[in-house]
Amino acid sequence: MHNTSVKSPLLRVRHLSTEFVMPVDQRVARALEDVSFDVYPGQTIGLVGESGCGKTTTLMSVMRLLPANARLSGQVFFKDTDLLTLNEKSMRSYRWKELAIVFQGAMNALNPVMRVGEQIREAITLHKLMDREQAETRVGELLEMVGIPKERGAQYPFQYSGGMRQRAMIAMALACSPSLLFADEPTTALDVMVQAQVLELLKKIQQDFGLAIVIVTHDLGVVAELCDTVVVMYGGKVAEYGPVDMIYNAPQHPYTQRLLESFPDLARSDPSEALASIPGTPPRLTELPPGCRFEPRCYVRLEKCKFEAPPLLEVNDNHFAACHLCKGAEARF
Amino acid sequence: MQESWLLFKRNLADFWKTFRHNRMGLMGAFLVLTAILLAIFAPLVTTTSPNEIIRDANGRGLTFAPPFVHGPLGTDDAGHDVWAQLAFGARISLTVGFLAGFIAMFVGSLLGILAGYFGGWLDNLIMRITDVLLVIPDLPLMLVLVAAIRQLNLQISPLTVLILVIGLLYWTSTARLVRSQVLTIKERQFVARARAIGAGHIHIIRNHILPQIMPLIVANTVLILSTAILIESGLAFLGLGDPTQPSWGTMLNFAFDRNAISNNAWWFYLPPGLAIVWVSLGCVLLGNVLEEMLNPRLTGHHLEGEARVVKITGEEAAHAQHLG
Repeated sequence: MHNTSVKSPLLRVRHLSTEFVMPVDQRVARALEDVSFDVYPGQTIGLVGESGCGKTTTLMSVMRLLPANARLSGQVFFKDTDLLTLNEKSMRSYRWKELAIVFQGAMNALNPVMRVGEQIREAITLHKLMDREQAETRVGELLEMVGIPKERGAQYPFQYSGGMRQRAMIAMALACSPSLLFADEPTTALDVMVQAQVLELLKKIQQDFGLAIVIVTHDLGVVAELCDTVVVMYGGKVAEYGPVDMIYNAPQHPYTQRLLESFPDLARSDPSEALASIPGTPPRLTELPPGCRFEPRCYVRLEKCKFEAPPLLEVNDNHFAACHLCKGAEARF
Repeated sequence: MQESWLLFKRNLADFWKTFRHNRMGLMGAFLVLTAILLAIFAPLVTTTSPNEIIRDANGRGLTFAPPFVHGPLGTDDAGHDVWAQLAFGARISLTVGFLAGFIAMFVGSLLGILAGYFGGWLDNLIMRITDVLLVIPDLPLMLVLVAAIRQLNLQISPLTVLILVIGLLYWTSTARLVRSQVLTIKERQFVARARAIGAGHIHIIRNHILPQIMPLIVANTVLILSTAILIESGLAFLGLGDPTQPSWGTMLNFAFDRNAISNNAWWFYLPPGLAIVWVSLGCVLLGNVLEEMLNPRLTGHHLEGEARVVKITGEEAAHAQHLG
């Protein structure tokens, strides 16, 4: 972790809750509840967890790109501005200029009938950062930076391979030199070689530009390689949050422990041994258990886990876990 | 600007390359173009004005003269040249049809985009209005409206009334079609990305949604044109045209009123009828073909088609063999 005491956080997410009102039966799906974490300049932070645990929703809530039936509460401070209090118009000026996002599945995030270069330029000219000609040059530079010959900017997305499209998306994300980059499963649906290229690229970008990256993934290998802080989410809440080595070497939350066990380790003594798995499925967001959300699947549950949701405790310096079994002072978010 | 012009030219050339091989499309284009040319060059292809009374050697009006007695298409009950009426009538029919069609297309696309993109109460409002208009039979409604507006004596020319009534009532199918397309496109991820880069609604609609639905709108416009021409003919036949500027529908109305049928004057009522069929058939053929060509979903996969096999020169073949 970077020296957190000196720098002030770039993004402070505080008690962020997101609910969706189902249009059919007006039921409420609580996609996020009381999510808090910090992102410091130049830091890489990983959001991990099973599908549907709220990783992508967290990013979309911060960018305020959710559908109309979403209800947000809490605070999201970018530098000193609470993004949730801004009107749509001022929010627009933050998007891409300060917060950029690489979407899950770059193939669909590019407009199929627009040239790739044009789509990258769109982001620049939209914010009136430079005139058309300068923007043209900038697009060339950006493409070259992610290893795409700049002439290919004149091509359409279908003429690109999957990896190229993902890299083009990364180039687009850097177009307005944001200070914070969200990467939503940047390596999903890519083969291993291309995954490695994309990760290498993200690493390089981080070193060259010193921007903060929030990466959403369920690949714990990616997290170990790139991140210095990890937020483990379960059922829309933060289960554990802390420096990557602490999370990997001394996981406190039973969910984190199980999650790490279920990930293949090449150095296992007996490779034929079956991988551990967590029995059961994540809770439905419309029928959340009243106590700890992991309780129905937990192997060390206590009686009170059924009724009382555990608070986020600081078990160690900057290492937080939400479990009744953990000891520590209540987190001061 | 230069670049986009070149691009446009190339797209057009590509389009023509495919279009050239489509017989149905060529047929439709031929039918529509001949009608347009007839309308434009009406004074050049006729020898008399449509209001001029043709007289025989004794100076009497030549009424109900069959084609072999006068001109290419004979004369009507008042001795007017039918061919001249047909050629000048094309101007009125096509003008009303095209203007009304374009108004309908414009209103329909605009409302469809607004309803589809913004959703919510706006969508509800627009779609309920559409439903109401769809439920009421077109022709009687337009009949009543045109007649009522005439009664008001607003000093608007009868043709303008016709154009506006057809144009402002006939947008419903376009609006529905466009709305449904916009609904699917706005959920695509590149629209979410456009929002993420900080684009506003107008930017998204103009740069991301409109280009995707443009083919649909173009094809639909051609189809709407044929309907607009048919409706104009219908209204004119029922006597709501402008008698001083007769269209094909008005000609039919005259022929019917003045007993052309009982006088066996087929040259008076057949030509305008066939002309209407000519143009609307042309529009339908052209519209269907355009829809087929411009809608990417109706054409094959982009990998389909002839693969180009590169010819291998002798030297390369030898090299390949050497490697093998």
